[in-house]
Amino acid sequence: MSIKGKAYIMGAWEHPLRDAPDKSTAQLHAECARGALADAGLTKDDVDGYFCAGDAPGFGAMSMIDYMGLRNVRHMDSTETGGSSYLLHVGHAAQAIAEGKCSVALITLAGRPRQGQGGRPGFGAGKPGQLTDGPPEAGFENIYGGSTHNTYGMCAMRHMYEYGTTSEQLAWIKVAASHHAQWNENAFLKSVVTVEDVLNSRLIADPLHLLDCCVVTDGGGALIVTSPEVARQLNRPRIKVIGAGEAPKGPQGGRGLDLTHSGAVWSGPTAFAEAGVTPADIKYASIYDSFTITVLMQLEDLGFCAKGQGGKFVADGNLISGVGKLPFNTDGGGLCNNHPTNRGGITKVIEAVRQLRGEAHPKVQVPNCDLALAHGTGGSLGTRHGAATVILERE
Amino acid sequence: MSEVQDKPQVRPIPAPAVTIESKPFWDAASEGRFLIKRCNGCGEAHWYPRALCPYCFSDDTVWEDSPGEGVIYSYSVMHRSPTGPYAIGYVTLNEGPAVLTNFVGCDLSTLSIGQKVKVQFQATEGGPPVPVFAPV
Repeated sequence: MSIKGKAYIMGAWEHPLRDAPDKSTAQLHAECARGALADAGLTKDDVDGYFCAGDAPGFGAMSMIDYMGLRNVRHMDSTETGGSSYLLHVGHAAQAIAEGKCSVALITLAGRPRQGQGGRPGFGAGKPGQLTDGPPEAGFENIYGGSTHNTYGMCAMRHMYEYGTTSEQLAWIKVAASHHAQWNENAFLKSVVTVEDVLNSRLIADPLHLLDCCVVTDGGGALIVTSPEVARQLNRPRIKVIGAGEAPKGPQGGRGLDLTHSGAVWSGPTAFAEAGVTPADIKYASIYDSFTITVLMQLEDLGFCAKGQGGKFVADGNLISGVGKLPFNTDGGGLCNNHPTNRGGITKVIEAVRQLRGEAHPKVQVPNCDLALAHGTGGSLGTRHGAATVILERE
Repeated sequence: MSEVQDKPQVRPIPAPAVTIESKPFWDAASEGRFLIKRCNGCGEAHWYPRALCPYCFSDDTVWEDSPGEGVIYSYSVMHRSPTGPYAIGYVTLNEGPAVLTNFVGCDLSTLSIGQKVKVQFQATEGGPPVPVFAPV
């Protein structure tokens, strides 16, 4: 197994400027991308893999993908090792190409250290009278009081408008999580709640109530992923990774904005295709639950139900283990158990592993659980985010 | 053209982060003009403004005066705020692109998707005024 001969460098372009007072760092990245693509004889719509490091302004690879309008990216990597990052990226891109995760990878570097304050990257807010050079979207977005609550609220509002989804249906997602959390001695919230409890909790950001929101907790988690050879030497159940998919989503220029779907519409099918299974085969699902609407949209996007039917799908306990058809987040999830450092992705995988090992709490353990899915959304559904899907099988 | 308002209506807004790329937008905003970017390569308007078109990647993008009219695509009223409720949302401009903004100048409980709105500018804490939208 090797990347040897599995990937080629077909475009390369160096920016001619050595002093760039009149261009932003984001712009320099885009100009470099344009130059390399032209050199290769490709267009940006051919790019399905994007690699950048800490010099790229914004949120991981997300801000630059959105700025450049890279609409077909299905593999991204923002590994940061300083000046050597881009060499690592060549190796990582070759790995991704060899595995079929992408076929045209774009790697960019740019910056403006000669411009002093006005060339400084990072997340700094605006300072009156001073130019900054942070995320290109910052000046046009960060001023409006956007938080996860109200940007996800916008998604819920639009979903209700287009599909008739109700607050009662969203509440069922929290109810299901609470039924699971009651058995988790570590859960931050252990009380079982009702649909009425959710609806009667105070409004945070229309139409989301307090109990539509995840908890805020400290904590953390870790995973060990091994080769098959190492796995066979260890005295633990073997949980095989059989599919993975990822995708960014952002407004990308604002035309045709659709807040009723997430990047899961791309990451899900990629993972299912690799695994050779369908949503109907999944016995247990860990679904990122920053808010109730997050779960509903991702379930639709992953294909557990048709678009717009999420409200009906989650109602009446359909997500409760032992009651419904799709047991989800049997640890209580982010809505009840924990959301360490406001990032719930790793706990989604951990509970899926417990289910596949048969080590979930007996009250929520899915019988004969041999196939599970874990899915996450990072960033905001309402602005730009990264979606990732993993499909796991007990061997 | 819209008038720059003297005082924040709802919520104090911090100075926006101005880059060398976005500076023409903010200079125009200080004059009460709302600009968008349009690409001479493909003809599409986009938001937020960029030097390179996010649709066709041409670097032939130009600033264009916009009346700042459109309809509410979606919104959410934040009820938990030290300075009182405020509304965030997207406006679909008549030129096409969706713009993230705040809605002002109305009873926030009357906002609705599809409602017609128009841009105005709200003063910020020491920076150029920023575009916000009010029902018409």
